[in-house]
Amino acid sequence: MSQPIYYKTLAELSRELEEKKVSSTEIAQAFIDRTQATDGKVNAFLHHDAHDLLAQAKRSDERRATGQALSPLDGLPIGIKDAICVAGQPLTCASKMLENYVSPYDAGAVERLKAAGMLPWGRLNLDEFAMGSSTENSAFKTTCNPWNLERIPGGSSGGSAAACAAGQAIATLGSDTGGSIRQPASHCGVVGMKPTYGLVSRYGLAAFASSLDQIGPMTRTVEDAALLLQQLVWHDRRDSTSLNHAAPDYRGALSQKRETPLRVGLPKEYFGEGLSDDVRKVVDNAIGFYKSQGAQMVEISLPHSSLGLAVYYIIAPAEASSNLARFDGIRYGHRAAKADDPVEIYYDSRAEGFGPEVKRRVILGTYVLSSGYYDAYYLRAQKVRSLIRQDFSDAFEKVDVILSPVTPTPAFKRGEKINNLLEMYLCDLYTIGVNLAGLPGISVPGGFSKDGLPVGIQLIGKPLAEAELLQTAHLFEQAHDFYNQHPAL
Amino acid sequence: MSESIDIDHVAQLARIRLSPEEKTAYAAQLGDILNFVRQLESVDVTGVEPTSHAFPVVNVLDDDEPSEPFTQAQALMNAPLARNGQIEVPKVVDEA
Repeated sequence: MSQPIYYKTLAELSRELEEKKVSSTEIAQAFIDRTQATDGKVNAFLHHDAHDLLAQAKRSDERRATGQALSPLDGLPIGIKDAICVAGQPLTCASKMLENYVSPYDAGAVERLKAAGMLPWGRLNLDEFAMGSSTENSAFKTTCNPWNLERIPGGSSGGSAAACAAGQAIATLGSDTGGSIRQPASHCGVVGMKPTYGLVSRYGLAAFASSLDQIGPMTRTVEDAALLLQQLVWHDRRDSTSLNHAAPDYRGALSQKRETPLRVGLPKEYFGEGLSDDVRKVVDNAIGFYKSQGAQMVEISLPHSSLGLAVYYIIAPAEASSNLARFDGIRYGHRAAKADDPVEIYYDSRAEGFGPEVKRRVILGTYVLSSGYYDAYYLRAQKVRSLIRQDFSDAFEKVDVILSPVTPTPAFKRGEKINNLLEMYLCDLYTIGVNLAGLPGISVPGGFSKDGLPVGIQLIGKPLAEAELLQTAHLFEQAHDFYNQHPAL
Repeated sequence: MSESIDIDHVAQLARIRLSPEEKTAYAAQLGDILNFVRQLESVDVTGVEPTSHAFPVVNVLDDDEPSEPFTQAQALMNAPLARNGQIEVPKVVDEA
């Protein structure tokens, strides 16, 4: 049975555009209709502009009609997390601080997509300034998991994951600081990839923790992730950490055969206490699959991994407190009405503009960086971060990829963890190490819980080994049909 | 690292006005988080270099070429208050 347009992939729609079976305008209209029909339930979007999307689609159709298509992706809409700038569109970061902000410029990643003719579509909900694991920290709305509306979609890129799963966007951009692409992808049954640190420009991504943040694609198939990544990899002179890397042909790599047997590492620390049966079963199935393909399974140890959360909850708030100092109520963002001298403007604008989790992390970050505590907290955390990186380097001497759970449990109920900070932070247990070590990681749909909730598996690769990672993920995906299953909405 | 947190001092450094309720709540929550991160004290980090970036990129030089900066209108488009092409703030200096 043929899928409706809104559940087709980038690869399929790209081909149909090429063959003139469909126009960009028809595609745009399909996503507008689907969004209007379903977003009252899902609440993935903070903003969308149907008129703007149709105008962009019309220009794309004109390019194609005159043989001037910019790339095979020309005319395909893509949803954008509301922390990534698109010129002329709102950028709120789901914060009252930026409620009325309009981006004056495009993010580097968005420039790349536009250069390929892709059409930015909507602003997708997130935890305020990407701080959270459930999208419940948004100042404006709570996004629901399309598979079960009582459940969280994960976070912080919860809107990006939910929109992709609900057929409101073919693909979306998210950002991942401690798991914010992979965790919601797992909960919503889509593919979410965090590339190697520095591979995708952070220019125009609202900064949370600059040494950890990375933009990446959220898609329904691994092939679509490869197509988007190909376009996103680029050396951007406006991001001083942007890598100058010649990207291989990621899509071409998917169908290549390995020359040596795949060695898959299973970190014993990721299979211990706290891992739910639902998730363990899904990962066990994946282990069985790779074995059946002739892969060699190797038990590995990441001895410092249990310290990852503690390291993260020093480094990320510290960097956030510094990054968010720019919100002073003077140049842009919310300014408190009643303040009548500049220092009062700072105090009141920040008190009124930031939500509770952002305040908490800014205060924590300020504290660990303050005089007398820097060495004890921040410097020590950076040293333990080196040990965590070293653990991964040692492991990759013995294995090609690492296979693990993405999250300890399937998506939990809204409200369930919002008042228990440490329990909420534990959601990121298996994803944080990848950010601390700067590695590429991908979450691929791996099965369902007994309650019918999607559960992903995580594959982690060596630095810049995205092609191998995508190939390994593709192998699993193509042997299952999870990508053909969609939530009933 | 079993210190009590001077929440007023930290809020002042962070330039965030906190209500009395927020102060009580944050002081307790920060205490919990700091208690949690204290596990790092037990790690031997003698001789370990700190990681500030996973992939240190050093000596990034850029050609010194002129480019198009923001226009005045773009730079001011998100200003809370602007007048005569400038950002407006309350008076900073006292009259002599």
